[in-house]
Formats: sequence, structure tokens, C-alpha cells
Amino acid sequence: MNLFRNVVFIAAIAGLVAGVVLACMQAYATVPLILKAEVYEQAGGGHHHDHAAPAATDSNAMSTAAPAPAEATAAAEDEGWAPADGFERFAFSVLANIVTGIGFGLILVAVSEFAGGIGGWRQGVFWGLAGFAVFTLAPGLGLPPELPAMPAADLTQRQIWWWATVAATAAGLGLIAFRKSLPLAILAVLLIVAPHVVGAPQPDSYETAIPEGLHHQFVVAVTVTNLVFWLVLGAVVGVVRGRFTGTATSLRDSFA
Amino acid sequence: MTTASVSLGASVSSQSRFMQLALAALLGIFVMGFVGFSHIDAVHNAAHDYRHSMAFPCH
Repeated sequence: MNLFRNVVFIAAIAGLVAGVVLACMQAYATVPLILKAEVYEQAGGGHHHDHAAPAATDSNAMSTAAPAPAEATAAAEDEGWAPADGFERFAFSVLANIVTGIGFGLILVAVSEFAGGIGGWRQGVFWGLAGFAVFTLAPGLGLPPELPAMPAADLTQRQIWWWATVAATAAGLGLIAFRKSLPLAILAVLLIVAPHVVGAPQPDSYETAIPEGLHHQFVVAVTVTNLVFWLVLGAVVGVVRGRFTGTATSLRDSFA
Repeated sequence: MTTASVSLGASVSSQSRFMQLALAALLGIFVMGFVGFSHIDAVHNAAHDYRHSMAFPCH
């Protein structure tokens, strides 16, 4: 399991570096927008109560008392354990960034090894661009980054669409990059386009308390931070792999 | 033998190479699937800001 160990080692270093970079960018670019949106989310919750109350008074007096406790328990059930706001919440975000950074790193290193490996930071940047296209750009077209309190379709359906889009885009890019055949290139384009023809699961209503400007700002912030994350991840993989394997001749020995 | 396996170590059989790389990729998918897509409330809440910031489907 030498190769496996090396792949994990490279992915761990690259994921750690890129994850910390991403967490820092998020702290300045995306998290403040999420916190702003949560203010609207809280306000929106109160608004819903107002809607429910008049409807209940119309029917009878008994039911006016009933909805409030029911909603309160539902909200309590919904929450579960959550990190306390402030440092704890930030710490868990950093942890999530590093852990998934290593996860993305494992995928990137393993897939790139099938294609001969990332030979330096510049090749890594191009692999990073591919990762950005596969994991951020393609799914983000159908399911744009969403803020809390924004309407969305069923979670499981969106997750299935997300994974299917990632798989189809990755397969398509792979065919274009590594198969020098026109029919396969056409198939690749079809694969990349197909998820968007099918279309992402959409919410019943697009009504939201979130201002459009805030959401647009968030979409830009998420897309740009993810782009930098992928470029850093790819470049670090290229550098670490180069250090690890040394010259092309010793590559055989150390990666054997 | 493929060109890739020659460049990365002739001493590893291509079948073992394939298995090890596939295992690494699966591990990566499992890790990000758990942190980013798990429906467990505690996991969701812990990585809430992260999920939103990565445009993962959330809520």
C-alpha cells in the first residue's frame, strides 16, 4: 500500500494548506454574509408566526393556542446540537474546511495519478481549474450558492442532482482532456450539458426575505473563494508531489 | 502496461495501482460526503457555514 500511503500523505498536506486558506477567505468573504442572512431568517420566522395566527383565529379560538407550542417544539427538534456562536462555530468551520480539503485532495491526487500525476505547481493550477469547474462551477449553475432562509427544493433531490452533475462534468472533462477522438469529445459535451437540460430541482416559490443584492454578493464570494481554494490545492499537490518524488528517475522508486 | 504506470513505478502491478488509487478516491468521496452531505443534525450544524460557503445543497 505504498502508493496509497503516498497519495494520502500528499492529499493531507495539500488539504491542510488549502483548507486553512479557504477558512481564512470564508471568515472575511462569506461568513459575514451568512450571518447577515440569518438576521433575515430570524425575522422571517417571526413573519411566519404572524401569518399562521390570523388563519387560526378564523377557524376557532381553541386552535389559536395550539400552533405556537407546536411550532416551538418543531424548531427545537430541528436544531439539535450546534456549536456556540463565535469561536466554537468558527473552529468547527475551520475543521470542516481542513477535513474536506483533504477529501478533495484525495480525489484530486488519485484521479490525477491515473492520468500520470501532477508534475509541478503549474500543472497543479490547471488540475485545480478542472476541480473548480467540476465541483463549483457546474453544480453552481443549477443550484447557485444559497443563503440561509432562501427557498430550496427537497434536500435529497438537490444532493442527488449535485452529485450527478459533478460526475457527468468530471467524466466529460476527462474525455475531452485524455481521449483524442472527436466522437468522444462530442459525447463529453453532451455529458456536461445533460444535467442542465434535465435541470436542477427548483423550489415551489422563489419568494424570500433575502435582498437580491446580498445573495448576488454571496454567489460571487463563494465562487471566487472556491476558485482560489482549488488553485491552491492543485498547486500545493504539484509542489509536494515534486518534493516527495524528487527527479523523474527517483519518481519510480519513491512512488513504487 | 499503461504509460501512467510506467511513469509512476514499474514495480507496482497495474491492478494493485488501480486498487490503491481507487481506494484513495473513495476515501476522499466518503470524507467530503460525510462532512458536506450527511443528514445528521449535529454534523450539519457543525459544518453549517462551511456547507453554505461551498454551495453544497443545505437545509
